[in-house]
Amino acid sequence: MNATAIDNLFQQKIDLDLNIEPKDQMPEKYRLHLIRQISQHAHSEVIGMQPEGNWITRAPSLRAKQILLAKIQDEGGHGLYLYSACETLGISREELIDQLHTGKAKYSNIFNYPALTWADIGAIGWLVDGAAIVNQVSLQRTSYGPYARGMVRICKEESFHQRQGYEIMANMMKGTEAQREMAQDAMNRWWWPSLMMFGPHDSDSPHSGDAFTWKIKRKSNDELRQKFIDKTVQQAEVIGLTIPDDELRWNEEKQGYDHGEINWEEFKRVINGNGPCNKQRMDHHKKYHAEGAWVREAAAAYAKENSK
Amino acid sequence: MTKKEALFNYLLQLGDNALIQGHRLSEWCSKAPFLEEDLALTNMALDNIGRAQSFLKYAGDIEGIGRTDDDLAYKRGERQFYNHLIYELPIGDFAYTIAKQLIISVFEYFQYTELTQSKDSTITGIASKSLKEIKYHKLHATDWCMRLGKGTVESHQRLQEAFNALWMYTVELFEMYESDAILVKDGIAIDLNIVKMKWKEMIATILKEATIDIPTVDYMQTGSRRGIHTEHLGHLLAEMQYLQRAYPDATW
Amino acid sequence: MDTQLDLWEVFIQNKAGSYVHAGSVHASDSQMALQNARDTYTRRQEGTSIWVIPAKYVVASNPEDAEMFFDPANDKIYRHPTFYVMPEGAKQI
Repeated sequence: MNATAIDNLFQQKIDLDLNIEPKDQMPEKYRLHLIRQISQHAHSEVIGMQPEGNWITRAPSLRAKQILLAKIQDEGGHGLYLYSACETLGISREELIDQLHTGKAKYSNIFNYPALTWADIGAIGWLVDGAAIVNQVSLQRTSYGPYARGMVRICKEESFHQRQGYEIMANMMKGTEAQREMAQDAMNRWWWPSLMMFGPHDSDSPHSGDAFTWKIKRKSNDELRQKFIDKTVQQAEVIGLTIPDDELRWNEEKQGYDHGEINWEEFKRVINGNGPCNKQRMDHHKKYHAEGAWVREAAAAYAKENSK
Repeated sequence: MTKKEALFNYLLQLGDNALIQGHRLSEWCSKAPFLEEDLALTNMALDNIGRAQSFLKYAGDIEGIGRTDDDLAYKRGERQFYNHLIYELPIGDFAYTIAKQLIISVFEYFQYTELTQSKDSTITGIASKSLKEIKYHKLHATDWCMRLGKGTVESHQRLQEAFNALWMYTVELFEMYESDAILVKDGIAIDLNIVKMKWKEMIATILKEATIDIPTVDYMQTGSRRGIHTEHLGHLLAEMQYLQRAYPDATW
Repeated sequence: MDTQLDLWEVFIQNKAGSYVHAGSVHASDSQMALQNARDTYTRRQEGTSIWVIPAKYVVASNPEDAEMFFDPANDKIYRHPTFYVMPEGAKQI
C-alpha cells in the first residue's frame, strides 16, 4: 500500500470510531503526535510525584501519611502504564527518559510550582488532580487503543485522589484560624496554575487540528477548562474557600461561569523553563536516575549470568 | 515494672519499629533506581505504617489514658521511642537499604512467626496479618541481595560495605529486658534467643549464596530499649512531628 | 547506554476467571517481573494469580490478515447451539 492509501484506510477507521492498535498501519505524524502526548503525560505523572513526595515525611497523621503515599504510588503506577502505552509505538523507555532529560519532551507545567505547606497537598489533590481528571475522562475515548485502555485504568484508580485533596481542604477549613489561612493561601496560589493546565485558548492551540481529526483529543482546551471551573466553584463555596478571581460570575445564558483572563505571560515563562521549580524537578529526576544506574546494571548483569 | 507497663512498653517497641521503618522506606518515593522499584518500596512502607497504626492503637488502649495511635506517633520525644537502632539509620544507597531490609525482614520473619503463637489475641491478630507482608519483604530483600551480590563488581562492593556498616546494630535486635522477662513468663512476648539462632543461620545461608562475607566487628551497639538512640532519630522525629508540634491545637 | 531492563507482559487472574492482559512492567529477571507485576497491577486486590511473559516472545497476528483469519468463521453458525431446532416439549437439552 502507498502512503495515501494507508492514510485513507486509517482515517476511515478513525471516522468509524474504531481503535487504532499497535500493529495497525498509521501515519507517521499520528505516531509522533501520540509519542509526544503520551510521553508528556507519563513524565507529568512521574515528575508530579516530587511536590507531593516533599510532604510524605511530614504528613500530620498516620492516616494522612498512608493516603498520601498510596496516592503518589498510584501516580508512579500511572506513569508506568503510560510509558508502556508509549512503548507500543516503537520507542523505548530509555529513549523516553532521555528525551525528558534533554528537554525534548515536556511534562505538565503545574509541577514547576512548589508545595509549600500541608494545605498545598490538599490543593494539589483537589485542584490539580481535579483538573487532570476532567482531561483524562475525555481521553478514555481517545483513538489509540493502548492509550485509551491506560486511561480507563487510570481514571478508575484516580477517583480517590481528588476526594482526598478536598477532604484535607475541608478539614482545614473546619479547623483553627491558622489552618483556614493556610488553606486559602494554597487556594490562591494553585487556582490559576490549575486553569493553565488545560493549555492555551483554542484559538491559540498549535497542535489541536490534527489531534481532533485523528480523535486523539475529543474536547477542546476551553471546553475542558470550563467544565472544571463550573464544578469546582461550588465545591469551594461549600467549604468556605474564596476563588481568587474578581471577575468570576455566573453566566445564566451559557449556564457556566465567566472568569478573568489567565496570565499567559506567566504560562509561557514557566513552560520555557523559568518557573519556581523547573530546575529543581529536573535535577531531582536526573540525580536519582543517575544514582540508580549501577543498580540497573547489576540487575541486568545478574540476569545475563543466570540465564546461561 | 507492672505487667501492664511491660505490655505497653513491648507494644511501643513493635509499633515504633514499624513506624520508623515505614518512614525510612517512604523516603525512597521518587528516588528509586527505576519506576517499578519505586512502587515496590512504597508498598513496603505502607505495610509498615499500617502495622504501626495497629500496634500503637493497641498500646494506647493498654495504657488507658486516652492516647491515640497518632498521639503516640507524633507527640512522644526521642527518649520515649523504643525502636531498634538499625531501623532509624538513614536510607543510604540502594545497597544499604537492601542490606537493612534483609537484616530486618529475616529478624521479623522469625519474630512474627513466634508472635503468632502469643497468648495475647490482639498481638496474634496483628502478627498473622503482618507475617504475610514480612514474608514478601524478605523475598524482595533476598532476591536483591543475589542481584547485587552477584551482579557487578561495584554492586558487590556496595552491598558488602553496607553489611559491614550495619553489622554492629544486629545484636541489639535480640537483647531481652525486664519487660520481656515479665511477658515471656505469661506466653505473651517471645524468647528472642530462639529468634537469634534462626536469624544467624538464615542470614549466613543467604549471604553465602550472595557471595557476601559475614562481617566481623569488635563492638556492638545497644541502647534503644532504654530510649538511647542514634542522633538520626531526633532528626527523623523533628520532620515527622513538625505539623503536630507547630500547631498543637489543630486536627488534620 | 542506560538500561531500563527488559519489557514483560503481565496477565492477571482474578479468582477463577481467565488470565487477562493487565499491562507491562520492566524487570531484569522472571522473579523481579512477577514481583513488579504484583506491586503494579494488584494493589487493589485485582488478582489472585499472575503470569509474566517476556514481551519479545509475544507473537501478534497482523491486522492485514484479519479478514482471512477471522471472517471465515462468520458463516459457520452450526457451531452454535441455537442453530439446532429442538422438538417441542423436550426438556433439559
